[in-house]
Parts: sequence; structure tokens; C-alpha cells
Amino acid sequence: MKPKWNWFDALNALILSGIVMACLYPFVYMLAVSLSDSASIASGEVWLWPRGFNLDMYQYVFEDGRVLKGYKNTLIYVISGTAISMIVTALGAYALSKTKMVMGKPILMLIVFTMFFNGGMIPTFLVVKELGFVNTIWGMVLPGAVGTWNLLIMRTFFMGMPQELEESGKIDGLSEIGIFFRIVLPLSKPVLATIGLYYAVGMWNNFMGPLLYLRDADMQPLQVILRNIVLSGQLTGTDGPVVGDIVVVEDGLKFATIMVSTLPILLVYPFIQKYFVKGALIGSVKG
Amino acid sequence: MQEQNSSFLTKVKRDKYLLLLLLPCALYYIIFKYVPIFGISIAFMDYNLFKGITESDWVGFKYFSMFFNTPDFWPVLRNTFLLGLYKLIFGFPAPIILALLINEVSKSFLKRFVQTVSYLPHFISNVVVAGIAVMFLSPTGGVVNQLLSAIGVDRINFLVEASWFRSIYVTTDVWQHIGWGTIIYLAALTAIDPQLYEAARMDGANRWKQTLNITLPGIAPAIVIILILDIGKILEIGFEKVYLLSTPATYETADIISTYVYRVGLTQGNYSYATAIDLFTGIISFIFIVAANSFSRRVSGSSIW
Repeated sequence: MKPKWNWFDALNALILSGIVMACLYPFVYMLAVSLSDSASIASGEVWLWPRGFNLDMYQYVFEDGRVLKGYKNTLIYVISGTAISMIVTALGAYALSKTKMVMGKPILMLIVFTMFFNGGMIPTFLVVKELGFVNTIWGMVLPGAVGTWNLLIMRTFFMGMPQELEESGKIDGLSEIGIFFRIVLPLSKPVLATIGLYYAVGMWNNFMGPLLYLRDADMQPLQVILRNIVLSGQLTGTDGPVVGDIVVVEDGLKFATIMVSTLPILLVYPFIQKYFVKGALIGSVKG
Repeated sequence: MQEQNSSFLTKVKRDKYLLLLLLPCALYYIIFKYVPIFGISIAFMDYNLFKGITESDWVGFKYFSMFFNTPDFWPVLRNTFLLGLYKLIFGFPAPIILALLINEVSKSFLKRFVQTVSYLPHFISNVVVAGIAVMFLSPTGGVVNQLLSAIGVDRINFLVEASWFRSIYVTTDVWQHIGWGTIIYLAALTAIDPQLYEAARMDGANRWKQTLNITLPGIAPAIVIILILDIGKILEIGFEKVYLLSTPATYETADIISTYVYRVGLTQGNYSYATAIDLFTGIISFIFIVAANSFSRRVSGSSIW
């Protein structure tokens, strides 16, 4: 029996199309404005398609230099930060997945506790400062190196590994470290991809980290530069809050800057989306 | 005692490689989580950057009473609480409704399309979200105001009017996370036995009745868990977006505890005072989550611990 197309389905389709539009339109609009000429933007003609197509705004963005420098900094932080996070998280998650490990349970509880209670902004800042990490790459990559949620997702995945595989490794004379690197890791590509992407996107989007720990203008990642251009409207000039001489930046230019810094995520998103969802699902399984 | 000791040591010896693997992770938690937790003690000191933690003088609850007595206390607390409450009221049911709607779509490729698109905003940075909001709401060229003036309504300068801040914050927040939030509910929905629906149809239940009597009870455990977690997070409003969207003109409604802590603590250097405020909210949050959890265990039988 074929279900009939009734008023309910029609209403549902309407609501869902509305939501799809709400999620997509801002990006379509920004792309259109960033590719239009300023006269058309000013007269409010741009809604969906670029009017007076040109790439001038993108040329300005790259000529400004700061955006490119921000790109470079962000890439450095994303690559090194993700690498460090992955190593520390994977090793820790594997050890914690062995439920019979000595002290395993109390250690796990101490870790989970930090999800509910933490030192807060100032004590954490003071620790980072005491370690001399302010204004260094370490201040960007270490304070958030392990995400507890990610650690728990990986642990759940490792716990699901067939016991027999590890036992066979043990019989062949591998130590725990050997088992981890030669048997468990090669079989864990899905979870590694998922968590790696979480860390990479988190680092790419990180704004609070550089706000707290980076003072040097030359070290700022893309998000900070983006904020300076889009929200504070500075194109050239000093960093930090500007009170007086605000340079007026055209809307097209702001949108172009947003697009430039978001494009990598928008472009790879359709391909990596399924990994993200997988991670959210493993994470929601009760451990 | 002797016996137990030696067996502990043999266990440590047995697991030495595992412990070695755990070491970097353990160091991370000690240095970046537990040292700061002990660092909270500066809330009870006149912390002096040059004297350090060991040399600074203890002052007891001085900074707490200072916070309770400042004129900023009530506005900041109220803003934090209201923003969190509104976020809960609108942000919590939204993904449930969306998941139910998506679930009613019979074509699976359409289902997947809606899901894929609605997850997207979750991966956009707060800076970009704030940027989009500011640009779209701008009084001169913003789309929203162009629309308003097209239908004959006066343009509104959203970002400098304190009365608009909460709506803007909550709307962008729902926009960002509605799709992502559906994942867990959609997973819970697939676990419901399809035979239940067949039986209900036999009994003449329409789709609304089916939703009410089968679907909702089916995902109730997931709903309860997420609700507890969300209640625990009422006071933990993301710092980034509030910081990015607020201006001194909107502090009246926008200044929340974390932005206040940042301002008085880091930019003005009152470390002890800011830490005391942070600790105060941390404890309230902790009470919230424990209370929500035990309440739910008593009422519905599901809880996180």
C-alpha cells in the first residue's frame, strides 16, 4: 500500500525546505555579494546571483597580506595541533580501554570529572603563562590538546576491538605497545579519521585560544584576523580594539574575507560529513 | 597491607607499557586540568603576579563578598541565567522537532539531503557566525533591514540595541546547532521496532497519534539524557559568541559571567577577583547538573550516573 501524499506531507516538506534554505542561504548570499561590484551591492540588487561579476574583492583580500599570514599561522596550528592531540589521545584512550589496567578506573573517573568541573579561565591562563607558553605555538596547541569527549569516543571504539586479535599478537610475542601500533591502530582508521577531523576543525575555528594566549600580531590565526576585518572593520592599521579611526570596509570585502576563511571547510564538508556523524554516534553510545 | 602493596606493585609492573602509553595523557590532565583546579585557591588570596601562589596572602572570602556587593553582580548573573534559560527553552526542543519531521520523510535521499545541509552550520566558526549576524543585521546594507524597509517597517539597529541581544544570540545558536542535535534523536528513532507502528495503524492510529504514543516514548531516554546535560550547561554559555556579538552598548543584556571574568580578570589583571567569580558559577553549575540528574533518576528512571 502506497502512503498517500496528504496535507501533512506538504506541510512537512514546506517546513523542511525552509530549514534547508535557512542553512544554505547565508552562504549563497555571501558568495554572491563577494563576487558582485560595489554599485550593485549598494543598491541592494544582489540576492542570489552576483551582479557585475568580478573578483576584485578576493584580490584585495589576498593583497592585504594579513589574511595570507593568518592562513599560514592557522595551517601550522591545525597541522601540529592535530598531530599532537591525536597521539596523546590515541595512546591514552588505548591504555584506558584496558579495563583491567591497574588504577584504570580511578584515572578514568578523574578525567571524566574535569568535564563537569574545571579551573576556569584565569587559573588555566596562569598555568600557561607560568610555563612560558604565552606567545608561543605551545600556547595554541597544548592547553586544549586532549578533548575528553574525543578521548571517550576513542576508548569506546578500542573497547570494541575483538579480544582474539590482541591475544594472537601477544602469542606472537608483541608487547602492549607493539599490539597497539601493529594491530589496533591499523584497524582503527574510521575512528582516527573522525577524531582527527574533530580536532582539526576545532583548531581551525579556535578563537578564544589566540585571544587568551597570543599577543603577537604576527602569530595570529585566521579567525582573529577575520574578526578584525569583519567585526571591527579594520583593513590596515593596528590590532586590538579600535575606538576612534575606524576604517570603513566594504561589505563585499567582508564577505569575501569570510568566504576565503570558510571555503576550505565548505569544500571538504560533503566528503567528511559522514565521519563527523559517525563520531557523534559512537559518542552517544552509553559507555 | 604488605600483601596488598606488593600485589599493587606487581600489577604496575605487569601494566608498565600501558601506563607508559597513558603517561602523556595523564600529564596533560595534571598540568592543564588539575593544576588549574588547585589554582582556584587564588580566589581566596590577594594573588600577586610577582609573589606567586606560595607567597601571596590569604584573604578568605573577600573577593566573593566583593563580587556579591558590586553593582555588576545582579545584571551579570541575570544575563547569564536568562541567556542560558532561553537557549535551553528554544535550543533543546528544536532538534527533537526537526528529527521528528525528518523522520516523517519517506524518500531516503531527501532525508539525507536535509540532514547533510542542516549539519553544516555546526562546523562554521563562531567568528564567522558572528560576522554573518553582524552583516545581515547591519542597519544600512543588511539583508534583514532591507527586507524590513521593503515591507514598510522602520530599520532597526539590532546590534546596538540591548533589547535585541538575546534574540540574536539564541537565534544564531539554534541555527548553528539544530541539525547537529538531531543526530542522536535520529539514531534513537531507528531503534524503535517498526512492528509497533504497524500494530498502531491496525488500531486506526493516525500519524499524530503514532508520534505521540510510539515515537516520543521511544526516544524519551535520549531526550532525558540530553536535557540533563543541557540543564547542567545553563550557566556555561559559550564565551566566544557572546564576546564577539556584544558591544559596550549592549552590555546591559549581553554581559555574562565569562565575558565579565575575561574583562576584569585578564584585561584588567584582577586575577583573584575573576577566579572567585568563576568558582562561584562553577559550583552553581555543578549543583544544577547533580540536581537535574537526581531529579530525573527519581522521575523517569534514566540518569547519566
